[in-house]
Amino acid sequence: MPTEILMPALSPTMEEGKLAKWTVKEGDEVAAGDVIAEIETDKATMEVEAVDEGTIAKILIGEGTDAVKVNTPIALLLMEGEDEADLREAGGARKSNGAAHPNGDAAEAAPAQGEAKAASEESESGKLGRADGPVSVLVAMDKAEPPEEPEVPEGTEFVEQTVREALRDAMAEEMRRDGEVFVMGEEVAEYQGAYKVTQGLLAEFGARRVIDTPITEHGFAGLGVGAAFAGLRPVVEFMTWNFGMQAMDQIINSAAKTLYMAGGQMGCPIVFRGPNGAAARVAAQHSQDFAAWYSHVPGLKVIQPHTAADAKGLLKAAIRDPNPVIFLENEILYGQTFPVPELDDFVLPIGKAKIARKGGDATIVSFGIGMTHALQAAEALAEEGIDCEVIDLRTLRPMDMDTVIASVKKTNRCVTVEEGWPQSSVGSFIAAELMAKAFDWLDAPVLSVTGKDVPMPYAANLEKLALPSAKDVVAAVKAVSYAD
Amino acid sequence: MAEANTSSRTRSRRSNAQNRGKSGSRGPRKTPEKPRQAAPKAADKPATETAEKSAFDPIVFSRDEDLKAYREMLLIRRFEEKAGQLYGMGLIGGFCHLYIGQEAVVVGVQFALKQGDQVTTTYRDHGHMLATGMEPRGVMAELTGRRGGYSKGKGGSMHMFSREKNFYGGHGIVGASVPLGTGLAFANQYRDNGAISVTYFGDGAANQGQVYESFNMAKLWDLPVVYVIENNQYGMGTSVARASATTELCKRGQSFDIPGHQVDGMDVRAVKAAADFAAEHARSGKGPIILEMLTYRYRGHSMSDPAKYRSKEEVQKMRTEHDAIEQVKQRLLGEHKLSEDEVKEIDKEVRAIVNDAAEFAQNDPEPDPSELWTDIYVEA
Repeated sequence: MPTEILMPALSPTMEEGKLAKWTVKEGDEVAAGDVIAEIETDKATMEVEAVDEGTIAKILIGEGTDAVKVNTPIALLLMEGEDEADLREAGGARKSNGAAHPNGDAAEAAPAQGEAKAASEESESGKLGRADGPVSVLVAMDKAEPPEEPEVPEGTEFVEQTVREALRDAMAEEMRRDGEVFVMGEEVAEYQGAYKVTQGLLAEFGARRVIDTPITEHGFAGLGVGAAFAGLRPVVEFMTWNFGMQAMDQIINSAAKTLYMAGGQMGCPIVFRGPNGAAARVAAQHSQDFAAWYSHVPGLKVIQPHTAADAKGLLKAAIRDPNPVIFLENEILYGQTFPVPELDDFVLPIGKAKIARKGGDATIVSFGIGMTHALQAAEALAEEGIDCEVIDLRTLRPMDMDTVIASVKKTNRCVTVEEGWPQSSVGSFIAAELMAKAFDWLDAPVLSVTGKDVPMPYAANLEKLALPSAKDVVAAVKAVSYAD
Repeated sequence: MAEANTSSRTRSRRSNAQNRGKSGSRGPRKTPEKPRQAAPKAADKPATETAEKSAFDPIVFSRDEDLKAYREMLLIRRFEEKAGQLYGMGLIGGFCHLYIGQEAVVVGVQFALKQGDQVTTTYRDHGHMLATGMEPRGVMAELTGRRGGYSKGKGGSMHMFSREKNFYGGHGIVGASVPLGTGLAFANQYRDNGAISVTYFGDGAANQGQVYESFNMAKLWDLPVVYVIENNQYGMGTSVARASATTELCKRGQSFDIPGHQVDGMDVRAVKAAADFAAEHARSGKGPIILEMLTYRYRGHSMSDPAKYRSKEEVQKMRTEHDAIEQVKQRLLGEHKLSEDEVKEIDKEVRAIVNDAAEFAQNDPEPDPSELWTDIYVEA
């Protein structure tokens, strides 16, 4: 029976890629380690190596094919002792052993090997599963009811863009606009960004303004703060926010507090940005949501966008803001596509929530990747006759509680959704605010859907259990609605 | 810069540091490269002796320079004495770290700076503020937590700033000012404005990790920064020898190829000479440089110091034999031929300034309660 060679994943979060080139043809003999193909994603290019020895019997996906899903069979390999007859026999039951593995320079800190299988299992795990949800559901939503964009003038054209591209465009536009804006961080320049968010910036703005730093978060965060004291506008990228903890003292004690300690004399116009929260299968030290941590601190503004449009409009606002801004991105969202308004200067107000979906039965409040679960749950609940209003906070500090309270006064029920841990979470703050300011309107206790109160496990099944899911949100909304 | 009268040991170290990384001549090496035999470490000596070493010859000060140095150092000392007094009266709260004994460092360094150069330091900062020209009234009123203080009373002893005088704090976390000062230097280079950043920190901070992260970036990018390590021999109550594996802090830049020099921080002329050299180094694009100022604080670490970690004799010896202000006073009375009365006149003027500041700081009202909620964010 021929062996299937599967489309490999370049990184834990890759869902599809382009089969750029075959370096073998049908009939070629290959040995383990031979390069057989090249694969491209928007992040990187890699070579695919044969894992087993044999003959390339059939190429199933032609070169140049875009959007090949991870784990799709791309070729068939005949092993020693197998022949054309085996190939013909092999109708339905091919054996698949993931006979290729990535040999590329994977963009992420974590190696990519062996992720494909888990990803495929996840994608088949039902409509509330994590891996396949976001894109399809959002596309469906766009068709049903486009989200309101009150900041966008009527008649504006939209382009489809990934969050990654939107963030890059935001930085590039602000750098064109203001010569005192610069970007610094690990691998932001020549490597083009560990997650390719700064792709192309070095070419346009040069090494003076796009600066690769050594791996010294505490040091370069402090250096950025000093430069901001002098009036420059640094955009400091942390490769992930997990590493930003090294710089916590400079972020809190220097960036956030100096304006106050200086009696208003000296502010700190800086943006700290980077991916936050769980990616996929990178375990406890690389999977943490810092939303609650930073939103605790007066002097900081904290933004955690979900869509590409919000990422763009809010990052531009953050760079222009004269205060230190914590900008929490998400690796899983980077590759997702959303409509982005085609405007010369699309800037969104910081501190303004957005009603992502209108409804009257219950309010779901979330932000960042939590919106994925919130919107999926709302979709599922709608089918069962529960019509949810979904609020995307977008900014966590200052928090737009007015929008939340107005919605809860209408629905009388509220569920919050976030990836972070339950104790002292963003959701517990919202619950406390609602209790104080909308007590008489609540028909049920406010429930918070959060990550579980454990460090992030590595094993695929445990990781899934640790993260909040649309299923959890559905259950919580039903609980506050006293439905089944 | 004259080299006579310096010990050959310090001279060889300095020359090596200066020539490192360049082709051509290397400084003379006195110490042969053979296994060392239990040579006494600097750390083994009493702290008082190390302050006698100097890589820089004191330059000759004119009458006017000595007058200015005397006046400014005396202002800091009298100011700090008054602050100590107000603290004792309960008018200053919290932490209060006095600069008494170290006056020559900030005054000598400030002499070497130009308009636009920035200064940043940790929390023993009153002397730095006065040296940069900040108003004694505003500093003292901040100490008493009044609305006329530089931070409207919201910062206190450790957190004051003046954009006008290019004083960038006043930072309360040991070591944290080093990346910040390095960032100011980064801004200077980015803007190509010819300014340098003088980043002060103490011997205690010299063991902080972020200091070395900063050194690395500063040299990597050749940022115009002068690191001034004020080695007053004690980080709180722990002597340098008890806290540092290597006690010659001027060498701490070696693995980054940053030159470093040890300076007699009790002699304002030596400080000025070293600062001139270092400022020129940084300003001319050669990158960062370290000056280790050997100095001494007469008072406790803060106002609540048990004074158990060093002897009274040690403190007294520094005061009587090395006092920075007394040295200048003797020159004024000696080579500059001022009369005792003329010197007393300066003392009187300085006292008047300090008394005025103290008076202001006691009578200025506390901040309006509404100030609790201001200055958290800049209006966008």
